[in-house]
Amino acid sequence: MSPESTGTARSAMSDVTELNLKETELTLGLPGTNNITTSSKRAFSETTVFTPTSSSTSNPAPKAQAVGWPPVRASRKNAMRGCKYVKVAVDGAPYLRKVDLEKYESYDQLLTGLEAMFGSLTIRNHLGNGAEYMPTYEDKDGDWMLVGDVPWKMFVESCKRIRLLKSEASGLEIRRTELKLKEKTCGN
Amino acid sequence: MPRIAYAFPDEVLEHVFSFIHSDQDRNAISLVCKSWYEIERWCRRSIFVGNCYAVSPVMVVKRFPKLRSISLKGKPHFADFNLVPEDWGGYACPWIEAMASAYPWLEEIRLKRMVLTDESLELISKSFKNFQVLVLSSCEGFSTDGLAAIAANCRNLRELDLRESEVEDLSGHWLSQFPDSFTSLVSLNISCLGSEVSTCALERLLAGCPNLQSLRLNRAVPLEKLVNLLGRSPNLVELGTGAYTSEMQPDVFSDLSRAFVGCKQLKSLSGFWDAMPYYLPAVYPISSRLTSLNLSYATTESPYLVKLVSECRNLQRLWVMDYIEDSGLEALAVSCKDLRELRVFPSDPFGLEPNVALTERGLVSVSEGCPELQSVLYFCRQMSNAALVTIARNRPNMTRFRLCIIEPRKPDYLTLQPLDAGFGAIVEHCKNLRRLSLSGLLTDRVFEYIGSYGKKLEMLSVAFAGDSDLGLHYVLSGCDNLRKLEVRDCPFGDKALLANAAKLETMRSLWMSSCNVSFGACKLLGQKMPRLNVEVIIDERGPPDSMPESCLVEKLYIYRTVAGPRMDMPGFVWRMEGDSALRVS
Repeated sequence: MSPESTGTARSAMSDVTELNLKETELTLGLPGTNNITTSSKRAFSETTVFTPTSSSTSNPAPKAQAVGWPPVRASRKNAMRGCKYVKVAVDGAPYLRKVDLEKYESYDQLLTGLEAMFGSLTIRNHLGNGAEYMPTYEDKDGDWMLVGDVPWKMFVESCKRIRLLKSEASGLEIRRTELKLKEKTCGN
Repeated sequence: MPRIAYAFPDEVLEHVFSFIHSDQDRNAISLVCKSWYEIERWCRRSIFVGNCYAVSPVMVVKRFPKLRSISLKGKPHFADFNLVPEDWGGYACPWIEAMASAYPWLEEIRLKRMVLTDESLELISKSFKNFQVLVLSSCEGFSTDGLAAIAANCRNLRELDLRESEVEDLSGHWLSQFPDSFTSLVSLNISCLGSEVSTCALERLLAGCPNLQSLRLNRAVPLEKLVNLLGRSPNLVELGTGAYTSEMQPDVFSDLSRAFVGCKQLKSLSGFWDAMPYYLPAVYPISSRLTSLNLSYATTESPYLVKLVSECRNLQRLWVMDYIEDSGLEALAVSCKDLRELRVFPSDPFGLEPNVALTERGLVSVSEGCPELQSVLYFCRQMSNAALVTIARNRPNMTRFRLCIIEPRKPDYLTLQPLDAGFGAIVEHCKNLRRLSLSGLLTDRVFEYIGSYGKKLEMLSVAFAGDSDLGLHYVLSGCDNLRKLEVRDCPFGDKALLANAAKLETMRSLWMSSCNVSFGACKLLGQKMPRLNVEVIIDERGPPDSMPESCLVEKLYIYRTVAGPRMDMPGFVWRMEGDSALRVS
């Protein structure tokens, strides 16, 4: 790379930093102020229950866990070493996500994975939150079932989509305990 | 001086225009004068709409009354990687409905990343008497019932191509809906279908269609059945196998080999799911004929892949998994001097450690040995500036270069420096570069190079790169031919976006996610640029009104349009329009 290009870059750089936005048609902030806010707060992270995982732009790279990275299409992933992507809907969340069931080996891993995927969404009973979620799924026959009744492998095979229902009554905590017990006794 | 426009009758001009096919030329013709615009619009037969929201179906139908062929693209490219939520949009239905009433003679529909229903498929099958070509690329929303309608009603169908679409697979019986009298099929691609299709129906179809040139089967078609199918379609030029695995049986092997040889026009092979080494040599007798080989689903070990690839001396296109390793790519560089396109896919993209011996060396070898190499997609785990500079110097004829270093922000593994100089060399030497994807550790400097040298660049994909707004500013102000820019996880923000607002009207679209753009800037942009749709995708239910101006937008999609706000935005998409964000739906 020629040093000359650095020179031009420097002048281009100073052009931009000197770009006084007040002088152009487009301004940011209230007229008459020079106040350009630089907050990096993301919206409503403390107040809502549902916050999808947001990758910080200043932290070191997330190791291969960022959504959509590396950029491999779902159809290609599904064709490789056993991938099974199903949609996950969460009560109260505006949009769906997809999760690969083949990445997990047990119900407990799946529920932990879902918790991680949905960020501050807590599936277990969390202090100050009060919201608990019951995992349900639609099976091959189109019926909605409670997650955890059938052996894990059978579940992976028959699950078409998952839905986390908001449940005040029975905590998922109870469900998880039941599942753990079941897995221990059945030796799954 | 006589005005030329009146010197020729319309029919003569129309005849002259009929020799002009490229969209760009046609668009240029229409701008010469009003009468040329009028003549041209009446005789335009084919149209490509790169963003289905840039224009409305009503406008298209009004301007071009005699279309025979239409191509539409819907969702942003990053939808392929799960970054665009479900129900975002890209609905084909309004287009199909408009065309059903306006174009009874429509012959071809090509859709990419759009949502299409069974009802629309049925409408297509019943509305266009001479319907011939249906290509659905990465589409979704329909089932095999819709396909059944197409099969049953489209008497002149030549092409049915479902490449990578997500089809709700209700049954394989839809294929039986092609009537016995059906003979026109030239191309069939069902490789994306999950469940079994009836082999009987396939055999019957193939027997009835002597002009079949391209057949891509799905994984569920077993190897033994492939032999029969090949026997019935001797004119095949392109074949996609099903699962390329079976019990090792010598007679299946020899039958298969004979079947390949029997297809004397066969030049392109794909499929090869779960390919067994035992059956790969069945391809050897025709290897010198092959110009295109897609082994990207062949989870086969290196030595077998290398042997096969080395036999195919006339290969122009190779898609393969990284099981081929550096040694395999070195062999490729020696054997395949006509190679134009190479794609190497990761076998274990989410593993933290390398599982195969594939590094930058493989790509360097190919760049040295293959003088015609123009198009590269390469996933690997390490890269160096030195390698990139070598590649750039070797291959100034490169037009598409997409490098994905799997770990975000990984530096040059030799020097631990950013890869700015390496990618800079690529844009500097490859003067016809049209498409570029970046990865690894990159500072604003790489964008300075791209802005300075990337004058022919049309599409740029950026992830986990840059230091500041300068990066974005260099690209938007320097890349004269930029049409599509997609950015994720970069510290680009308001200043660069607002300073280059006018540039956005010259581009098809801009996607930014997990960057530093604020709601305030989006509102300002939306307010100042009425011919852009500035759409933010938010996580919460409430309108962005109530959000502080300084709050950062998670996902932003900006595109130019003459159709105004779109009417089908879901609850999580808001169009920014100044002081109060408006949703029109």
